[in-house]
Amino acid sequence: MFDSLSDRLEGIFAKVRNRGRLTERDVDEVSREIRLALLEADVNVRVVKAFIARVKERAVGQELSKALDPGQQFIKIVHDELVETLGGTTGKLTMSPKPPTVVMLAGLQGSGKTTAAGKLARLLKSQGLQPLLVGADLQRPAAVEQLRVLAGRVDVPFYSDASDPVTVARNAMAEAGRLGRNIVIVDTAGRLQIDSELMDELRAIDAAVQPQNTLLVVDAMTGQEAVNVAEAFNETVGLDGVILTKIDGDARGGAALSVKEVVGKPILFAGTGEKLDEFEPFHPDRMAGRILGMGDVLTLIEKVESTFEEEEKRRAEEMLQSGRITLEDFLEQMQQVKRMGPLQNVLGMLPGMPKEIRNAEIEDKEIAKIEAIIRSMTPDERRRPEVINGSRRLRISQGSGTSTSDVNNLLKQFKQVQQMMKGMPGAARKGKKGKKGKGPRLPVGGGLPGGIPGLTSR
Amino acid sequence: MDVRRRERCGQNDDDRQQVADGKRVVLAAADTFRAAAADQLALWAQRTGGEIVRSNQDGADPGSVVFDAMAAASSRHADLVLVDTAGRLHTKANLMEELKKLRRIVDRSPGACKEVLLVVDASTGQNGLVQAKQFADAVDVTGIVLTKLDGTAKGGIVLAIQSELGLPVKVVGVGEGVGDLIEFDPSEFASALFEGIDAG
Repeated sequence: MFDSLSDRLEGIFAKVRNRGRLTERDVDEVSREIRLALLEADVNVRVVKAFIARVKERAVGQELSKALDPGQQFIKIVHDELVETLGGTTGKLTMSPKPPTVVMLAGLQGSGKTTAAGKLARLLKSQGLQPLLVGADLQRPAAVEQLRVLAGRVDVPFYSDASDPVTVARNAMAEAGRLGRNIVIVDTAGRLQIDSELMDELRAIDAAVQPQNTLLVVDAMTGQEAVNVAEAFNETVGLDGVILTKIDGDARGGAALSVKEVVGKPILFAGTGEKLDEFEPFHPDRMAGRILGMGDVLTLIEKVESTFEEEEKRRAEEMLQSGRITLEDFLEQMQQVKRMGPLQNVLGMLPGMPKEIRNAEIEDKEIAKIEAIIRSMTPDERRRPEVINGSRRLRISQGSGTSTSDVNNLLKQFKQVQQMMKGMPGAARKGKKGKKGKGPRLPVGGGLPGGIPGLTSR
Repeated sequence: MDVRRRERCGQNDDDRQQVADGKRVVLAAADTFRAAAADQLALWAQRTGGEIVRSNQDGADPGSVVFDAMAAASSRHADLVLVDTAGRLHTKANLMEELKKLRRIVDRSPGACKEVLLVVDASTGQNGLVQAKQFADAVDVTGIVLTKLDGTAKGGIVLAIQSELGLPVKVVGVGEGVGDLIEFDPSEFASALFEGIDAG
């Protein structure tokens, strides 16, 4: 449906790539794309504006990291800012010094309050608390019945009566005292934030039970409207936190950011599936990647940053610029890649990889084989593979426990990589002599594409 | 025999059940997943004077409910069967398969005009388009029910759905009462979209 952000940004970044510093114009150009991405993810327009302004301030003039190209670095800034904005949650409720603690759930119809109530009860119970579920939704037909069933499934006591929502809530407090329950979860009827009658009712319930935790339940696929909803509920009852539901869909969930900006309180939990145990503390970092539509790239950026040590980066750069590669480099590259985790995952994370390679089946075993072959060569053979003749080939294959045709394959593929390296932009720049601070690209990008035996495209 | 059928499917909980009609109606409670969903529909049936076909237990096979409803409808000479299905995310392949199966069951029984209406919440964002596409691919959706238009949400996503997929909005939900489902009025919708926006 939407082009992923990474695909669209690539073009822009190609331009920025060879500079040492992000200029204001680069940042402007890239922010435009980020703005679009955020809007497509349903982040509210106003929120997007404020957010972009903050990111720009942070990004302009920033020195470029040696390990990342400017584009990647910019995304990292955006991502960090997103995590910060969304973040700081541990999924903990505020506990009342004098039990019972009260949790009240509010939100639009169909946002998932009743289900969230059941799930929350289950979670709290597993943490050793004694919840009481209260059905104060007397509006929707059979809503009370639904919660009663859920209470039965999670084996938590349940209270409701046929009076009116405010009375139910008040009675429930007495019931909690009688049963010795230390946490009360009140499920309220879904309501539109402009329904003044129902909002008054919500205020009355709020006054009756004085919840320490008034939580807004928001559907992850909510659009621009999320801001209006959050504002109105916040004004009416003063929200303490948010539960984001239905994040198992493929909505990008920009609503999370909108709501967070408006309410200023943490997103505490997220509903991740239909089953009652599919409910967990909210993870700001995962959400940030998702809103940007490029989750895994960020993980890779972090991995590259931490895996490549300075010296290796320098060498990789040199190698890329000279366009020359030896089997020793080849081996080293492979070992670096291996350190980052299973090859399949790493390749999947690279935005620039052609799809065939991204989906290719790569056997880590194959890499072990290559390693063995290269390790069975003499240093001279590694540097100048062309000296390998029939008898050397036999020795290498015997030494590495492979066959001569395996050795041949490796040599053939290595030759292809070598040729490819010569065609790379790094080689073309050779004469200009790399300026200091020239942003090296991901070093792994050089050695990998097409060069790894055992790649069978699916 | 001419039985009009409507299958309603949609994302979780989008007021599918409020939808009713003036004819002799059989409601099929095919949401057997959510606790007490059938009870909820039964209450709506009571309020609207429709008949309901449901299973006695939660978690029953929705296919069997639909089948029974079809049989009941033809023996009672009903004009219209409304099938309320369980809310599902379009990313859950198995649940979408289940929906296709329900559709096949409906198709097998006699009857002419069929509607498959996707229920979309007016507050839904960009994801609504993806949802509509997936549901349309699965069960040939014929139109949209846009709910909660009485809020401040304007439901602009139906514009995208209409232009990308050609699915018209058939009815809109504007409140919680039985009578709060009304015909879609495009001009009113359009002017509401731009309410509060100054020209220029």
